[in-house]
Amino acid sequence: MPAFELLQPASIADALELLDRHGPSAWVLAGGLDSFDWLKDRIKRPSVVVDLSGVVEMKGVRPRGEGLEIGAMTTLTDVVRHPMVEQRFGILTNAAEAAASPQIRNQGTIGGNVSQDTRCWYYRAGWSCYRAGGNICYADTPQAINREHAILGADRCVAVSPSDTAPALVALDAEMVIRSKAGERVVPAEDYFIGPGTDITRMTVLRTGELLVAIRIPGTWAGSTFYFEKVADRNVWDFPLVNVASAMVLSGNTVQRMRIAVNGVAARPLRLVAVEDAMRGKARTDDALTAAGELAIQGAVPLQFNAYKVPLLRNLVKRAIRGAEGT
Amino acid sequence: MNILTWGRNPWGEWILTHISWGLLWAALFAGLAFLVAHASYMLLSRHRKRAAHETDAMEAARPDLPPRIVRHSLAARLFHWVMAGAMFVLLFTAFLPIAGVKFAWVAWHWMAGLVLAASILFHIVHATIWMDFWSIWVGPSDLPELKAELMRELGHDVAGPRPGKYPLGNRLYHLAIVLAGLGVMATGLTMLVRVRTPFLTRNPYLLSDTTWGLTYVLHGLAGVSLVGLVMAHVYFAVRPEKWWITKSMILGWITRRQYLEHHDPQRWVAR
Repeated sequence: MPAFELLQPASIADALELLDRHGPSAWVLAGGLDSFDWLKDRIKRPSVVVDLSGVVEMKGVRPRGEGLEIGAMTTLTDVVRHPMVEQRFGILTNAAEAAASPQIRNQGTIGGNVSQDTRCWYYRAGWSCYRAGGNICYADTPQAINREHAILGADRCVAVSPSDTAPALVALDAEMVIRSKAGERVVPAEDYFIGPGTDITRMTVLRTGELLVAIRIPGTWAGSTFYFEKVADRNVWDFPLVNVASAMVLSGNTVQRMRIAVNGVAARPLRLVAVEDAMRGKARTDDALTAAGELAIQGAVPLQFNAYKVPLLRNLVKRAIRGAEGT
Repeated sequence: MNILTWGRNPWGEWILTHISWGLLWAALFAGLAFLVAHASYMLLSRHRKRAAHETDAMEAARPDLPPRIVRHSLAARLFHWVMAGAMFVLLFTAFLPIAGVKFAWVAWHWMAGLVLAASILFHIVHATIWMDFWSIWVGPSDLPELKAELMRELGHDVAGPRPGKYPLGNRLYHLAIVLAGLGVMATGLTMLVRVRTPFLTRNPYLLSDTTWGLTYVLHGLAGVSLVGLVMAHVYFAVRPEKWWITKSMILGWITRRQYLEHHDPQRWVAR
């Protein structure tokens, strides 16, 4: 691994000071599961690594009003095991538990899980693709192996977000608390993630010098009817091909209101607003579910090897609305 | 500052990717420096304008001329403003994201590019068939006019030729914009095959890495050149002493007095 200077702040203020001082040459290290791939493959060569593992104030789950605040450095295991998360926002428990393997969840953090880079192997090989600042997408060519890539929202780059917790947080209408030396800003989870059309070299709105310090989940959807499902090639230690998360408030079989998000189909988790609007006030009949599934795949453009994601997405959306009791 | 940006392809070869975006700031700086220099010169210089009594006499001698002289046909004006609109969209969508204003720009960029290409093709046909094609170009025969204009700028009253339909600066600018415009259009149309459009099947392997790299570099160089050229164009369009030309691009005509004051009636025969 290339040499770098390791800095280990003990507080958010110290971390922000270091990030401000070192600017773009600083690399933020959370659990290290994404970072060490980059560093050990010698693709990224930061001169300074700011290790957040000693920042205690970024760890833990705390009640906040009717909802929760989760420190960005809270491990996925701690999120999964926290009783308040499980009782009130079970969808996040399920999503965090679906990530990777127990060992990785012990090390990986929720902040890292939502902020991790894409797993497109063309990009991670260090070639000069669009996302790496070049002028080509090697995954979007007739010869490319692009089974895991995007069917929606592609704009030159067809990489996808690999996060399992991201769609759950979008469905829960979570807020991302971002701090820098200049102050704090709070961004809805839906807007935390950005697609290649907006910025092809970033997955999130985080800028140089900024840190995701916490995730706030409002009480709006606490205790709703939740659904999370992840489809991957393996049941453990794998990234999603497609995952879906929904939160619904039901009156009998009728959807009073809902939020639904999917991931693995675009460079960012997609909230399916058209599906939410179509289902509001409707009974969960087969016809309504079919219409919702069709709405979800509108505009899908499959690549050479990922056309299977279109029916997969359609059916996952139907299953998410039908809910666990209907599967 | 690097001028070019390089990358590595899957075969481990170093390939050109595009120009260094530092050139954008260099073009902006050069454009601003030119504006400041020209504005200062105009304030301080002794450039010679035709005296009012001279123009009075010329106007009295040409009662046969209509009060309004048509300078730009409706088709020519429409082309100009459509092209201008497309150019601004292209420049803003290309360079605002580089300057830090992030938005989904690609679709706007290629659509504006197609509008620009269509307007340029229209202009080529229109100018070739319906306009005085050679009146906008420069050549060795313009040297006497160049010398006379330089002398007037230095404050001398010379009898040398005055411009035909287009002043020499206008024609030199046109030449520069033709080179940059055709460069950006040819490379931009080629680059369409790399993005998703309803018109073409995407094929990034149409050209070799080297050829693509050169295409991107030429597109970038033409693009940053247009930043400076457009800045200069807008600057001259809003300068008080050039406003009559800008107005003619809106209304289509100039007055008989402006025609006689600024042009050589032998070189541009008003109809």
